Amino acid sequence: MMKQITKIPAAIDLEKGSNDFCPGCLHSASFKIVSQTLDEMGLFDKSAYVQGVGCCANALGYIRIDTIACPHGRGCAVAGAMKRCMPDTFIMTYQGDGDLAAIGMAETMHSANRGDNITVIFVNNGIYGMTGGQLAPTTLLGARTTTTPFGRNANEHGYPMHMCELINTLEAPSYIARVTCTDPANIRKAQKCVRDAFQHQLDGKGFSFVEFISNCPTNWGMTPLQSLDHIKNVVLNEYPLGVFRDK
Amino acid sequence: MEEKKFMKGCEAVAEAAVRAGCRFFAGYPITPQNAVPEYLARRLPQVNGVFMQGESEVASSNMVFGGAAAGKRSLLSSSSCGISLMSETVSWMALCRLPVVVCNFQRGGPGIGSIQPSQQDYNQATRALGNGGYRMIVLAPADIQEAVDMTYEAFDLADKYSEPTMVLLDGFTGSLMEPVTLPPMKSEEEVKAIEASKPWVPTGNKGTFHRVFFHKPAPIQNGEDAEMYEKWKETEVQYETDGLEDAKLVVTSYGVSARIAESAVEVLRAEGYKLGFIRAKRIYPFPEAAFEEINYDQVKGILDVEMSQPAQYAEDVKAAVRKRAPIETCLTSGGVIIDRDDIVAAIRDMYERKVGE
Repeated sequence: MMKQITKIPAAIDLEKGSNDFCPGCLHSASFKIVSQTLDEMGLFDKSAYVQGVGCCANALGYIRIDTIACPHGRGCAVAGAMKRCMPDTFIMTYQGDGDLAAIGMAETMHSANRGDNITVIFVNNGIYGMTGGQLAPTTLLGARTTTTPFGRNANEHGYPMHMCELINTLEAPSYIARVTCTDPANIRKAQKCVRDAFQHQLDGKGFSFVEFISNCPTNWGMTPLQSLDHIKNVVLNEYPLGVFRDK
Repeated sequence: MEEKKFMKGCEAVAEAAVRAGCRFFAGYPITPQNAVPEYLARRLPQVNGVFMQGESEVASSNMVFGGAAAGKRSLLSSSSCGISLMSETVSWMALCRLPVVVCNFQRGGPGIGSIQPSQQDYNQATRALGNGGYRMIVLAPADIQEAVDMTYEAFDLADKYSEPTMVLLDGFTGSLMEPVTLPPMKSEEEVKAIEASKPWVPTGNKGTFHRVFFHKPAPIQNGEDAEMYEKWKETEVQYETDGLEDAKLVVTSYGVSARIAESAVEVLRAEGYKLGFIRAKRIYPFPEAAFEEINYDQVKGILDVEMSQPAQYAEDVKAAVRKRAPIETCLTSGGVIIDRDDIVAAIRDMYERKVGE
């Protein structure tokens, strides 16, 4: 007799289609963790998912979850208002670094400062993926992008921005963590952090924030495996993993 | 129960919204409509509604996007340059076919312009606030009573078509105080029934997949929207005419300047001038039919009165009149309220040149 050892999360519908993520992109891993956690915590049927603009939209092809796709960067404003109007619905945003940390910086910081009772999943790959690899606020110093062809230089472009650390300067947020999906050990830690963040919302504690350090093999010009090594050897030096706050 | 009160325009509009069932508002301070958020900050919690002050017009309008997506009757209010900042969101709401009422208490422009009343956002309101060429029904009240009635009605129109709907006011009507009869307060049951009538609210999957966005492929939705806008031209036109039967000159206007122009027309009629009057109560869809009621064999000219330089409403009048009569304008702009005496003088001058006597 066949034994089922794995289950596709309810939020993912492979009959509907496939996602449009590039091969080797860790978006599929982080989205899978989020979807699995919704199932595990029995939240799938009472969740609304607020999606940013950028590569995260590549999930639209294979998800079946109530989705609000809102203007670029405004996820936290939309989600915070929705949560106040429908407090019994579980509300999370899923946004990239251009969306959340560049165009949406004001909405993100003010939502965190109000302590909106939402969960924000932030996927940081240090580059604008969907538009073809431009400078992001999170791009590492020295990194070549299509708009920093000679590498990011601090004098001209400033330094990488650290969202967990910035949000950690505010009083209201209740949970802040940075994780990655480069290997099984880190995936387990990421699963726990997402679960804890969701629990904070269920407990009405306020703003919970999980940053995934992600990759972009396509625009980094690396193979998927090289991109994982790059995260471990270089990116994590700039963006240390860990739980910054757990109220 | 209807109730008569002495109220400031902004507060009367806000109260009308609450009575229509509005339970969500988010805004950002901008003169001359600060009384709207200030009133609703106290009023909405009394009816279990949600009030938020955003960190910008951009954030506030997106909060309203969230409120509307959550099924609440939602109000967006600002003034001119603030409306410009909210335009991206209103365009998205037209894409998502989310109902919302947008109030613009116009001030001078372009850019920051002035904080005094104007009518310089006519084209922005009637052509589309943001990108993509969508349209909204645009109601244009001439006094506080009409502002109240039209705001109340706008919530029904927004829900009927599941589409952003605009009330185009001005800083004058927002700041004035007048006696006003308030519409009946919708009961909690009525409000709940309205909210329950929106099956697309994302409360969780519940076995069926629905999402508020790209609910149809863009080319199909664009075509359907265009058909809806065309139908509005038959069903949603509203205007007022007076004295067209024996008119030799027609004065036309909308909003606050129509209120002043009408009074100028009355002054001159008392002196024997044969004047007709056309007022657009809604500026989109434009009341072309009103201009078909004119007897062009008898009318020697049309005077457009509005608080915008260059004239904007006049362009639509021109298109409706199709060169059957000469059109002239009587204008102020940049925050100057049009003076009745100036309109009287403009009518007198045009009448003498075109009609004689």
